[in-house]
Amino acid sequence: MRTRPNYVAGLAAFVWLLIIGVPLYALVNTAVQPQTSYTDGGPLSIPSHLTLDNFATVIDSGFLHYIWNTIFVAAFTVAIVLLLGIPISYAVVRGRGWLTRGVFRLFLVGLAIPSQAVIIPLFLIINRLNLYDSLWGIILPTAAFALPVTVLVLSGGMRDIGTELYEAMALDGASPARVLRELVIPMSRPSIATACVFTALQAWNGFLFPLIMTQSEDDKLVTLGLYNFVSQYGANVPALLAAVLMSAAPILVVYLFARRALVAGLMGAGGK
Amino acid sequence: MVSLTSARLVRNRKARDRAAPTLERPGVGWAIPGLVFFLVFAVAPMVGVLYLSLTSWDGLNAPQFTGLANWSRFIDDGQIWQSTLVTGVLLVGNIAVQAPISILLGVWSAGHQRNRAVLSAIFFLPLLLSTAATAVMWRQLLDPNFGVPAKLGALFGDSNVLGTQKGAIICLIIVTSWQFVPFHSLLYQGAARAIPNTLYQAAEIDGAGRVRQFIHITLPQLRNTMVTSTTFMVIGGLTAFDIVLLLTNGGPGTDTSILPFSMYQTAFRTYDYGYASAIASFLLLLATGASLALMKISGYDKMTSTLEGL
Repeated sequence: MRTRPNYVAGLAAFVWLLIIGVPLYALVNTAVQPQTSYTDGGPLSIPSHLTLDNFATVIDSGFLHYIWNTIFVAAFTVAIVLLLGIPISYAVVRGRGWLTRGVFRLFLVGLAIPSQAVIIPLFLIINRLNLYDSLWGIILPTAAFALPVTVLVLSGGMRDIGTELYEAMALDGASPARVLRELVIPMSRPSIATACVFTALQAWNGFLFPLIMTQSEDDKLVTLGLYNFVSQYGANVPALLAAVLMSAAPILVVYLFARRALVAGLMGAGGK
Repeated sequence: MVSLTSARLVRNRKARDRAAPTLERPGVGWAIPGLVFFLVFAVAPMVGVLYLSLTSWDGLNAPQFTGLANWSRFIDDGQIWQSTLVTGVLLVGNIAVQAPISILLGVWSAGHQRNRAVLSAIFFLPLLLSTAATAVMWRQLLDPNFGVPAKLGALFGDSNVLGTQKGAIICLIIVTSWQFVPFHSLLYQGAARAIPNTLYQAAEIDGAGRVRQFIHITLPQLRNTMVTSTTFMVIGGLTAFDIVLLLTNGGPGTDTSILPFSMYQTAFRTYDYGYASAIASFLLLLATGASLALMKISGYDKMTSTLEGL
């Protein structure tokens, strides 16, 4: 097919590059300069000398522990969501009858439940389960609110598995469990990847659940650590922005080494 | 091609009729563990918040049933209607800014040219920052004393860009868009790549130019993604709590105190859980209403594919 260069679009893309790039430049630029140089020059000017002291300040404040907590929460949230979401989607796609259709509709409507709107009763439930101020108090609700998207994404992927493959399994007299294990899960790997990426980012981004469900230093997540930094280091902007940068480091590593998987995973959330 | 596909369909149907009885289908039991989990942590709290909205509760003593007292207070509360209005303005503003940019950017980056691939990789970067990180970063960049407006005063006029309601709302929209356009354009990029090339070839033969192809092929083919993306935007917009807390803290005054922010303040700052539950219930109503409307308009619940009829 002919590809005539599209100059108008190229120009617009360049403008967008500035919009994305300038704040990111300011972020990195500020994080690597001493505070005195920042108050003189501001976020955009080229610093007189560079330093990594800001990152040391951030690490000394226990930020690495927050990052570890966030990774823990993200990992277990993803595990729970897959463990529960895959069988649900399997039943929704392959099951027959109004019950399974009802389940699908419930999750479709569930997509619209904002976690903010139910935080008060949820706070009560987590308290009753004795999970207040523990990482599980964050993991369980985060997983529950990631389930609807997961079910939508997974069932979308499972619907695309060809009938003839099921027929082949039928000839072998396979049980539903075997069909799930040997056919459905291997065939829906891309949508499982999407569900993983989406859920992990959700957990990574989570702010309200950590804010409400935990209070001790030991259970702090990155997002909440940043929030507290604002009051703690409010005046030390370079250290604050170094913390912002460090908070993105783990995902940046994933992005550098598995960009394709990450991008493809997120793309899948749009459905067909 | 069409005839080939339908031939296969017919063959499949025949085969299915023969083989169907032998393959045991999964029962609804498979869904039960997840269903119970979801009922406990999402549906039960939803019922709970409706009940709590009928009580007076300080979080320490048992909730006192007070009937519709919270709701009549709610109706008369001018601050709540102001919050609702600001929430609506932010929501509409965000969709109006993000949707067109995301569609254009997504379709543009769907091209396989090398420069587009490189730029797309950069455009993705804001997604690596959490919302909290984004808000903290912008809060510093927009600082009236040390931030960009202070250094480039001539460009901004008043350096305190977050100091007026209008300014704060514009900043919230800009920051939200900065963070989430990459995600939405990614959705559109994926969808644009899935559009069958044959459609464009046919349009080419008919002599349709780039703009007409975009309007008559690309946009209609992106229909389902628009619904998904808009749903994400609406729900995200109704619940944009962290960005408000960290960027404007509801200010100046209570000028950007959107509904979830008011709810949070009422519940966890003034410990008036009953009234906060009324605000939360209202939020729930808005979110469910909006997404049901989107679903009805689009027929998304039937999960129709855009490839149908090809």
